[in-house]
Amino acid sequence: MSKARSAFTGALVRISTRTGITSETWVELEEALLLADVGVRVADELLAGLRAGVKAKEIVDPMQLVTALQSEMTARLAGADRSLHLVAGDADSPNVWLFVGVNGVGKTTTIGKVAAQQRAEGRTVLLAAGDTFRAAAAEQLATWAERSGSEIVRGSDGGDPSAVIFDAIERASARRIDLVLADTAGRLHTKSNLMEELRKVRRVAAKGKGRVTEVLLVIDATTGQNGLAQAREFGAATMTDGTGVTGVVLTKLDGSAKGGIVFAIETELGLPVKLVGVGETIGDLVPFDPAEFVDALVQIS
Amino acid sequence: MFDSLSSRLEGIVKKLRGRGRLTEADVDEMLVEIRTALLEADVNVGVVRNVIARIREQAIGARLSEALDPGQQVIKIVNQELTAMLGGETLKISYASRPPTVVLMAGLQGSGKTTSAAKLARWFKSQGRQPLLVGADLQRPAAVEQLRTLGRQIDVPVFSEPGDPVKTAKRGLAEARRLGRDVLIVDTAGRLSIDAEMMEQVRQISKVVEPNYTFLVIDAMTGQDAVGVAEAFHSTLAIDGVILSKLDGDARGGAALSVKEVIGRPIAFASTGEKLNEFEQFHPDRMAGRILGMGDVLSLIESAEQAFDQDQAQKAAERMLDGEFTLDDFLDQMQALKKMGPLSNVLGMMPGMPKEMKGAEIGDDALKPVEAIIRSMTALERRKPELLNGSRRARIANGSGTSVGEVNRLVKQFQEMQKMMKRMGGASRGGKKGKRGLAGLAGMQGLPGQGLPGMPGMPGMPGQGMPGGFPQFN
Repeated sequence: MSKARSAFTGALVRISTRTGITSETWVELEEALLLADVGVRVADELLAGLRAGVKAKEIVDPMQLVTALQSEMTARLAGADRSLHLVAGDADSPNVWLFVGVNGVGKTTTIGKVAAQQRAEGRTVLLAAGDTFRAAAAEQLATWAERSGSEIVRGSDGGDPSAVIFDAIERASARRIDLVLADTAGRLHTKSNLMEELRKVRRVAAKGKGRVTEVLLVIDATTGQNGLAQAREFGAATMTDGTGVTGVVLTKLDGSAKGGIVFAIETELGLPVKLVGVGETIGDLVPFDPAEFVDALVQIS
Repeated sequence: MFDSLSSRLEGIVKKLRGRGRLTEADVDEMLVEIRTALLEADVNVGVVRNVIARIREQAIGARLSEALDPGQQVIKIVNQELTAMLGGETLKISYASRPPTVVLMAGLQGSGKTTSAAKLARWFKSQGRQPLLVGADLQRPAAVEQLRTLGRQIDVPVFSEPGDPVKTAKRGLAEARRLGRDVLIVDTAGRLSIDAEMMEQVRQISKVVEPNYTFLVIDAMTGQDAVGVAEAFHSTLAIDGVILSKLDGDARGGAALSVKEVIGRPIAFASTGEKLNEFEQFHPDRMAGRILGMGDVLSLIESAEQAFDQDQAQKAAERMLDGEFTLDDFLDQMQALKKMGPLSNVLGMMPGMPKEMKGAEIGDDALKPVEAIIRSMTALERRKPELLNGSRRARIANGSGTSVGEVNRLVKQFQEMQKMMKRMGGASRGGKKGKRGLAGLAGMQGLPGQGLPGMPGMPGMPGQGMPGGFPQFN
């Protein structure tokens, strides 16, 4: 994730070099958090904790303040299960990982990378081209299938995504394939008909021999406060037996955006960030490391 | 999701009743809430700082008007400021004297360039132009295939060839000249603003095609980073305008304000849906209300005007005055309401809508039984619902797939509505104001506030008349 660590030239550098904690310090600290997209509420909460520490004279200089902020944020991200679940079972009962999210966040690319990594770990993988809406989405996935040495099941353009995913799982079951990675069309969480379609996809994916062991919400690092609504709605639409979205994939963290919204998503909604995309090549999808993430978010140079 | 700014300001405003002027302390208290609203809308922190300072200056000492409460007054100032910031010169497309007029699309990955390119091509077509699309995104697998498919859907040719994007763009320009196409739209690969190599590539593309317009495509859901991205693309390419994509979601779209503020270029187009015709020139006046979370009143009124036939509205109003409003008129109004878009959208656009209603539990399905019931009546029954005896009601329930209880409820509501209209008609007959009020009721031009209060309308609608005679859900 070192690629994600872009030079932080903002407020915190100034803060940590200043002597004494002034009202300016608080303003700069808040703005730094807001600029990272953690949101007003989370920023307020974090700062309130620090204010208490300063009042109690536990924190006396700006450097300590920043360190305390970092450890508070890291602590809030501690203890989450960030593993990708692959549950062993009968050979004809593949694991199914479903990828969901709004348009343009990088679902298809993420699937390509996950496929390559799972193949490298020796598993057989089948890709289900469940995005039957966007023009050429299946072609894009087919390219990734070829690159990663996975199989692919495609439907017709504009066809029923549930049917494609069901067929894919049946095929995987028949061929004793370990893992099905199911792509879905990007959809805005406010479109009730499309969310209804997703509900059906989730239902149908569990109907046959497959076991849905991950529902991964893909979030683009440039996303602002709308990310919270996305997480809530996709969670609700995929809710089955008390579990909706099982984890978050944060993409495009190699840009200038900090992706702070996933801090809010994880701490407010309890959805663990599992993977981080930091580039365009297959190796550029890495496990989420809270300490590094917080460090990049609130960095002192 | 967010508490609306107006509800948050309410508490503060209560204390200010009866005062003549806004003091610094009053204004500052309100500005805290306004700042939060702007930040929750993803307006950039630095931009927020400047806006708040300007608003503060205007608001302090402002004489309190008699018509508006202090909260409304401050919101008016904020709204004016935001509208001014978003607006300014709007982008007027002028065409190159020597065709083609070249348009270059640029932006981050996933911002919606390819779809926007196709939508823009469709828009140019609707202006009587003959565009050619060039697929110069040779990076993303199947991006060109996507563009070709979209091109087929809108019947616009697409040029692309594998290899080097700069050469492809150049060849595309030659192709447009050869084919006599008068607009050329070049789609490029998504790139990160901090990727020096890729930014140099798009600069090269720009150099060879010499665009008349360079559009930066920005996702309406973008957070604080929008500013950095816009600055980077602007310094590399000299952006002429912004295309705001995915505005059909519930993102408040503060990025639009930030980008306009830092690069000083207008938001030219906005993408408002997945269909290729859901793309329009940008209206800055409405965006301010959306960013503030104040409800897009103007859009609502405009779509109501478009959906509702003026003459039809006038006739319905006159019939109402004479107490001749029938179930057929009622059905017409419901159709008009449906034309305005999904009901949840319409409700979402109304300011002051209680939070629980914005949750949009009301699907368009809520209207379906009502429609089915009316359609299952004979023409005579629709004119004279008093004819509806038990056996007729049972037949209607059967025909519409509803229950007798539902039919009863609808008929009762309609009769109450009719009664009230007669009273209104009697009271205001000849009175110009009354007539206008009723026309507003029928045609919904009066929204909000001019509708009749206490109409059997939406449950929990605070005092603002809902579109004429709306049936009760549930």
